[in-house]
Amino acid sequence: MIPLSWYLVVGALLFVIGFYGALSRRNAIAILMSIELMLNAVNINFLAFWRYLTPKDMAGQVFAIIAITVAAAEAAVGLALVIAIYRSRDTVSVDEVDLLKG
Amino acid sequence: MITQAIFIVVSLFTLVAALLVVRHPNLFSSALYLIASFFGVAGLYILLEADFLAVVQVMVYVGAISILIIFAIMLSKGMMGKRTSPHNRQDRWVALASLLLAIILLYFLVSLTQWPTTVIGALPPNPIQLLGKDLVGRFVMPFEVASVLLLAALIGAIAIAREREI
Repeated sequence: MIPLSWYLVVGALLFVIGFYGALSRRNAIAILMSIELMLNAVNINFLAFWRYLTPKDMAGQVFAIIAITVAAAEAAVGLALVIAIYRSRDTVSVDEVDLLKG
Repeated sequence: MITQAIFIVVSLFTLVAALLVVRHPNLFSSALYLIASFFGVAGLYILLEADFLAVVQVMVYVGAISILIIFAIMLSKGMMGKRTSPHNRQDRWVALASLLLAIILLYFLVSLTQWPTTVIGALPPNPIQLLGKDLVGRFVMPFEVASVLLLAALIGAIAIAREREI
């Protein structure tokens, strides 16, 4: 049987990889992809805790479904923003989108 | 024993694909590795006996979000040429900080708490039925809020991304 801590370790590593990508990538779409990785890591944790601690109660799975919903909404709006920025500024590099910089 | 081997293979697959997502210089290849990583996470869900969530993962992430990302990459093509590095100037420091964060997280994960090493009970005989009843019973409020959120995101995405002059 797999110990719970193995799942937590995989979730933590996936989260850290997403964290690195979100902070180090130049392209806005790559940043959104990294954020999706982080949300996936969180969902792994939700389901691991659900399976090991409260398998009779479906609250953990419901929470994961809500998290997936929010991730889908975030991806849709985020990519729409990227398209809008590309249309008006001709770039998707977050280094060059500095309109609000003083 | 065999379950543990499968778990290690699936986890390594997921993590290596995720690393390639954040490190690959070509954005399109990154998106393809992202799909591989999503499949790996779905495999982990199956190992956790969350079958419904695994199917949802494949349908929503692999089927919808990845396609959306690939469309966005294609619509903004040409702007991510080879002239600049895909990583910004703080790349080194962020890598260092991430490594530090990983070490701290793993240290506290394995040292602070005694995690259960095996599942405590069997699943109920019909988990998906229970999940459906919970979604429209006990958790009907978050369910409805999520649907409103999806509607708002749908309208908002269209309003943001459309051409201005209408």
